[in-house]
Amino acid sequence: MSLDKATVAKVANLARIRVEENDLEPLANELNAILGWVEQLSEVDTENVAPMTSVAEMSLRWRDDEVTDGGYQQQVVANAPAEEDGFFAVPKVIE
Amino acid sequence: MPRQLLGGEVDMGMIIQGATGDWEVVIGLEVHAQVTSKAKLFSGSATEYGAEQNTQVSFIDAAMPGMLPVINRAAVEQAVRTGLGLKAQINKFSVFDRKNYFYADLPQGYQISQFQQPIVGKGVLTIDLKDGETREIGITRLHLEQDAGKSIHDQHPSMSLIDLNRSGVALMEIVSEPDLRSPEEAAAYVKKLRSILRYLGTCDGNMEEGSMRADVNVSVRRPGEGFGTRCEMKNINSVRFMQQAIIYEANRQVDIIEAGGTVDQETRLYDPVKGETRSMRSKEEAHDYRYFPDPDLLPLEFDDAFVEKLKSELPELPDEKKNRFITELGISPYDAGVLVAEKEVADYFEAVAKGRDAKLAANWVTGELFGNLNRTGKSLSESPVSADALGDLIGLIKDGTISNRIAKEVFEEMFETGKAAADIVEEKGLKQVSDTGAIEAAIDEVIAANEDKVAEYRAGKDKLLGFFMGQVMKATGGKANPGVVNKLLKPKLDG
Amino acid sequence: MSDLTKLTIAEARDGLKAKKFSAVELAAAHITAMDSARGLNAFITETPEKAIENATASDARLAKGEEGKLEGIPLAIKDLFCTKGTLTTAASHILDGFKPEYESTVTSNLWNAGAVMLGKVNLDEFAMGSSNETSYYGNVVNPWRRQTDDQPLVPGGSSGGSASAVAANLAMGATGTDTGGSIRQPAAFTGIVGMKPTYGRCSRWGTVAFASSLDQAGPMTRTVRDAAIMLEAMAGFDPKDSTSVDMEVPNFEAALTGDVKGLKVGIPKEYRLDGMSAEIEALWNQGIEWLKAAGAEIIDISLPHTKYALPAYYIVAPAEASSNLARYDGVRYGLRVEGEDLADMYSRTRAEGFGAEVKRRILIGTYALSAGYYDAYYLKAQKVRTRIAEDFREAFKTVDTILTPTAPSAAFAFGEKGTDPLEMYLNDVFTVPASLAGLPGISVPSGLSSDGLPLGLQLLGRPFDEETVIRTAGVLEEAAAFDAAPTAWWRG
Repeated sequence: MSLDKATVAKVANLARIRVEENDLEPLANELNAILGWVEQLSEVDTENVAPMTSVAEMSLRWRDDEVTDGGYQQQVVANAPAEEDGFFAVPKVIE
Repeated sequence: MPRQLLGGEVDMGMIIQGATGDWEVVIGLEVHAQVTSKAKLFSGSATEYGAEQNTQVSFIDAAMPGMLPVINRAAVEQAVRTGLGLKAQINKFSVFDRKNYFYADLPQGYQISQFQQPIVGKGVLTIDLKDGETREIGITRLHLEQDAGKSIHDQHPSMSLIDLNRSGVALMEIVSEPDLRSPEEAAAYVKKLRSILRYLGTCDGNMEEGSMRADVNVSVRRPGEGFGTRCEMKNINSVRFMQQAIIYEANRQVDIIEAGGTVDQETRLYDPVKGETRSMRSKEEAHDYRYFPDPDLLPLEFDDAFVEKLKSELPELPDEKKNRFITELGISPYDAGVLVAEKEVADYFEAVAKGRDAKLAANWVTGELFGNLNRTGKSLSESPVSADALGDLIGLIKDGTISNRIAKEVFEEMFETGKAAADIVEEKGLKQVSDTGAIEAAIDEVIAANEDKVAEYRAGKDKLLGFFMGQVMKATGGKANPGVVNKLLKPKLDG
Repeated sequence: MSDLTKLTIAEARDGLKAKKFSAVELAAAHITAMDSARGLNAFITETPEKAIENATASDARLAKGEEGKLEGIPLAIKDLFCTKGTLTTAASHILDGFKPEYESTVTSNLWNAGAVMLGKVNLDEFAMGSSNETSYYGNVVNPWRRQTDDQPLVPGGSSGGSASAVAANLAMGATGTDTGGSIRQPAAFTGIVGMKPTYGRCSRWGTVAFASSLDQAGPMTRTVRDAAIMLEAMAGFDPKDSTSVDMEVPNFEAALTGDVKGLKVGIPKEYRLDGMSAEIEALWNQGIEWLKAAGAEIIDISLPHTKYALPAYYIVAPAEASSNLARYDGVRYGLRVEGEDLADMYSRTRAEGFGAEVKRRILIGTYALSAGYYDAYYLKAQKVRTRIAEDFREAFKTVDTILTPTAPSAAFAFGEKGTDPLEMYLNDVFTVPASLAGLPGISVPSGLSSDGLPLGLQLLGRPFDEETVIRTAGVLEEAAAFDAAPTAWWRG
């Protein structure tokens, strides 16, 4: 498996990271070097091995259905780069 | 689209008569139902509808750095209850995955959902068709997931505004098999699902507030052949729009295929103003959700005892209730269907019928009550006549205090003023007369005043009995007990 | 008063209690040290006013005899822990100006125990790095220098600021976070003790996430005893973290019995890498001899999947990171770079806000999770991870702890590792396997390299058996009697 420029561009778009056209090639090379090195994982026999889902042997804890949080609009938007009347504001989305 | 739609007769599905032959419509639904709970799926903020922007938002819902999800017990219970109500397989082990995509109202950049291992597996939903027939529709799965926030595009000239109050609210996504064959069936499915959810108390089913939305998958095929390529219309929040969207979309697909084209699998938007669907492909651009198990959560596990306990607490659901109304109360399947569709109505009816003539109660609820509610545009909860009050009225009919006809008059008054039936009867002196002396006197008067008709009757014109009945009732102001009149009238006429 | 900065936490605690000095005096000494050490670039944000305020409150509690376990102890906080009202950056441009409205559980626990906050220390951006060269706020410099030259050296990473601050006596201890070795490796590079507890021991709530299934906070201190004291204050069950374990926190300091007689210490043969540096190997052998001399039983063990730990880690961690870092989108906090539309704003914000290494890992992770590659990369790596965890489980049936070197080399100079990311990744070769298995580990300064730089030995333990790790580390520390210290060139 080897990434070409187009794949890097696609992945960068999925990750919403702008990559300039002439950076695609070197980036593809770097990523390929890492992925090539990762290829050695295929040597490991993982037949009938369950993927690790959690390191601790425990089950999921449940909380009770009580309202214990929220109600602090100003703290929620305090760090917003753009705020309008308690809303977060973003460039207009045309649907 | 000039083509005629055949069918509408729901049990046979919708057939589109194309230029090249008949087409069958295949529909599958993904319904998003907001879980009834006080707090959100993974945070402790409130879920109430209509709060001021960003006031029901915790740092978790706003995806602040380092914030972590902890699951709400109620959401798990509601999902299991719903699964039980859909006679579905309950998975005691399920996994929360992250569905990764960017959108302004998705603060985490991913939605916590269940992908490969949902909490509920296959089940079944019985839909009720027009003629009292039913059909079983397969349920593929039900899973828990987070709702997104809301983007508001029309309050600011250059910005979209984001309100995260909904962000993180628990949803159940309920997926049907592609078993539906007409817009009417799809509508019946949504109505029945809504009814079951409301009986269970797991979702309030309020489509206007967005508590229930449907993604509709539509494809067409030649009857009996394999499935065609489907298109999905997202986020439809009214049954009427859903039906319109299906009709438009099915015809669009037939047009494409008959013109020699192929249908692209895509997401389309239904525009209720224009009454058409249009492609959303520009927005889709290569979605790749990169699902993987959420490392902030462990698998969701519970035991049989947990499921059994919830099972033992389930209320009677509409199908069972309908059956009981038919078999135990002797109510017609049609009336039973009408009475159980809304839990509120069923509860009302049962209160009216308790210890009384159930059939009579059914007639009054579906007849006079519904008629008056419709006429005045009131909902059942706004009815001026309570179940007890209507029950009392029926009691008065049953014990002969008033006749059925007088009862209708009394009911109108009750609906108008909210007064008790007995008070109205008392005030207006509407009590039925069973006193034979008074009735005999009235009969004698009528006979005396209609000697010609009496002669005709005696000459064999039996039909005139009805005329004399009417005259006697009129003479008594409708208050005479019709049974007593009947009993006394005939011997007198016969001479 | 500058001597106060040389005390250990245990000594300072006793001194405060005995009223030999006040918490304010102790804080002031550290503020002075901090002021004079800007050349190390250990701090992103210094909070001297807060330190004095905290210390004043500590003195009041000490006067009433109501002191907590860390009363008056000045600490540095890795800038990955959210601190209410104080800039929290994760050393990233993308968190520009972010002042959390909440306090992380770990730092809350520390303040509740009476600790004093000196400031927020530098790190690799989003904890992604092994040399502290990826911070938006610049490189952290190791207080240590080679005997042979004055070249500035890396402090290791990602908790490089924590390591430098503790090693240079700017703080008595510091919080670190360890995802693949980010506490242990910089501890080894700077001659201090760094401990990563079992995954689930310290709450992750309020700590900026890198890789959720691996991230774990821990103490960085100058002695094993100090690490035990500080860990006890940091750790504890947190209902706000679904992966936090509901378990009593033991008295870790009490584990320091000095007795390892009969303790079974495993030596994994797979850690003897081809081309391993002779001095690292010698140090390891020395460690074995020390433990043997203290009465421990040395047992050769095998951890057969060791070599696959690094490649598995470099899939799992970036995959989780690619998702964890999706929230940095310029909408609710931090940097925003305007664009033509929403999508353009996202990609410009993220392109400018993230550094090269972070972007590289996000892209690798995104690719590893994408349709068609998930099974080959992410799923495969998680299965290999299961294998690695099984190796350890098997080994811990016969041994009580495992001894290895912490890092394959001593601290290196800036730029020395070249531009190949893979070369840098190899730094974590000894620390990553235990991270993947969630096990507790500690690095203890155990000797000096030929050019006078500190080297560390690592001890690993069973899940939630930090006590055995601490006990053994205490014995190792005593035997090594590591008392070298960097010359304070940065004051000049």
